[in-house]
Amino acid sequence: MPILETIGLEKRFGGIVAAHDVNLTVEKGARHALIGPNGAGKTTVINMLTGVLKPTTGRIMLEGRDITDVVPHQRVRLGMARTFQINQLFLDLTPLESIGLVVSERLGLGGEWWRLIGTKSAVTEEIVEIVERFRLTDIMHERAAILPYGKQRLLEIALAFACRPHLLLLDEPAAGVPEAERHELLATIEALPAEVTVLLIEHDMDLVFSFADRISVLVNGTLFADGAPEDVARDPRVKAVYLGEELDA
Amino acid sequence: MTAMTAKDRPVLAVRIAAYLQQRARWSPLEIAFWIFAFATIWLFPTKYLILKDAAILALFALSLDLILGYAGILSLGQAAFFGLAGYLAGLVAKYGIINEPITALICSGVVAAALGFITSFLVLRGSDLTRLMVTLGVSLMLGEVANRYSNITGGADGLQGVEIAPILGRFRFDLYGHNGYVYCLIVLFVCFVIARRIIYSPFGLSLRAIKENTLRASAIGVPVKWRLVAIYTVSAGFAGIAGGLLTQTTAFCSLDVFSLERSADLLLVLIIGGTGYLYGGLIGAVIYKLLQDWIANLTPQYWQFWIGLVLVAIVLVGRERIGGGNAALRAAVARLGGRMTSRPAALGGAAPDGS
Repeated sequence: MPILETIGLEKRFGGIVAAHDVNLTVEKGARHALIGPNGAGKTTVINMLTGVLKPTTGRIMLEGRDITDVVPHQRVRLGMARTFQINQLFLDLTPLESIGLVVSERLGLGGEWWRLIGTKSAVTEEIVEIVERFRLTDIMHERAAILPYGKQRLLEIALAFACRPHLLLLDEPAAGVPEAERHELLATIEALPAEVTVLLIEHDMDLVFSFADRISVLVNGTLFADGAPEDVARDPRVKAVYLGEELDA
Repeated sequence: MTAMTAKDRPVLAVRIAAYLQQRARWSPLEIAFWIFAFATIWLFPTKYLILKDAAILALFALSLDLILGYAGILSLGQAAFFGLAGYLAGLVAKYGIINEPITALICSGVVAAALGFITSFLVLRGSDLTRLMVTLGVSLMLGEVANRYSNITGGADGLQGVEIAPILGRFRFDLYGHNGYVYCLIVLFVCFVIARRIIYSPFGLSLRAIKENTLRASAIGVPVKWRLVAIYTVSAGFAGIAGGLLTQTTAFCSLDVFSLERSADLLLVLIIGGTGYLYGGLIGAVIYKLLQDWIANLTPQYWQFWIGLVLVAIVLVGRERIGGGNAALRAAVARLGGRMTSRPAALGGAAPDGS
């Protein structure tokens, strides 16, 4: 059973069709990349997957379960978490607090109003594991607002990872990261545990081809090609789309 | 890949736990604040009336700070809960339904919280402006209901003939206002301790996260709507207790408990004191009351002019203190240009003022 399957997914904004008949299948444990030129509808698709947008028609199945009508925070509980193309951090909180929040929410402790934070060892032990995995240990006491951009980007992923998703959606994780901090970020993404399925939405072809074992190409809101990286790279239509775009640019 | 050995992990976990808990510890400044607050009972025996008013206003402002400073909900309708509980506290005493004041106060607070719970579903839709209008609308409607049923509420004349029994059957509300003030101060302190507990809990942390970034909060699995419903309900309960206190200590309740001015005063108090660190409402209330008293003595007729002038000055000089007062604007600024003011994290410990 695929971990994620969309069936005839479509989104219209008035007369504009942002996504049309998208049938995307992501296998368990895959490193799957969703690529496409600007305006191809990648963000629309990810917003439908996570529940921010409601599809006009079509269904979304997560591990065989229809989640089309499930609200965003419930999808997180069902095992799907995402990062954002533009950082969506809690700027006034420290990495410790942000990650602690995610962990306590996942453990169902988030509604406890009578207990002080930092008093559940299950939570603090997991915070340790996550700050280490994402190399945030030395800046874990700083407010997120003042962190260097590369660290903010790591925190962005750490927050999604702390949800312990079965499926992790990474929306252009390397976007805007300066060259000097890029290596650390990519190494961390590479080191994500194999049991977490990753759907990477990306613009950066180097990252896509070094990371993904399967690639889907979205053009004009439609799934255009789908297959192993070598096949997609050889596909003349994909070349045309990307070369065409480069020629226009 | 980790820089640490497995042996260091438990050490780090302990350090993290200590760090997280340390924020919730009572700082010496806070302890001094409360010692002084209780010392006023002996220090200013001639000022009980104004001190009592300040304590009630402080509790009322605390209720707004809980939703504004911690969840980013802007409201002009706290008077709805204040007024409802105020009338309830008066009616149960007048008709001898519940004689003991503390029990009556808790009951009034619970009913106000119930009203908060019901109206939260209306209020939590929409943006700041919608919320402002809906909260205002609810309190205006309740005020009109109280006016319409004047046979119960006394209408424009107010609720007459209220007699409040002694607290716990022992402490009578005396003419000097001593017991009334001590009663208000203790209630304020208890509510404050509860509020403080709430904001340093995982629940409180999730509220701060919602206020900071609602989109992300829901993307990490926080049930945003229910958390807001919960805090709005608690806040309504606190506002209700403040309203109940006013009726019990004055043995009177009139339609102005529902007035727009009452809700608007709260915003002024929080502008003076600041939001998002719990003491803003308390400090703001004291300053506001003293200012009002002082200016009204100088110029009984035009005191509001001077209050207005002071407020304009405060807002212009210390704009960052209103912080949460304009969450939408602040979020927009943060998106545009990053943080305008960055404060060293170490200072955020004892008094995170949310600016």
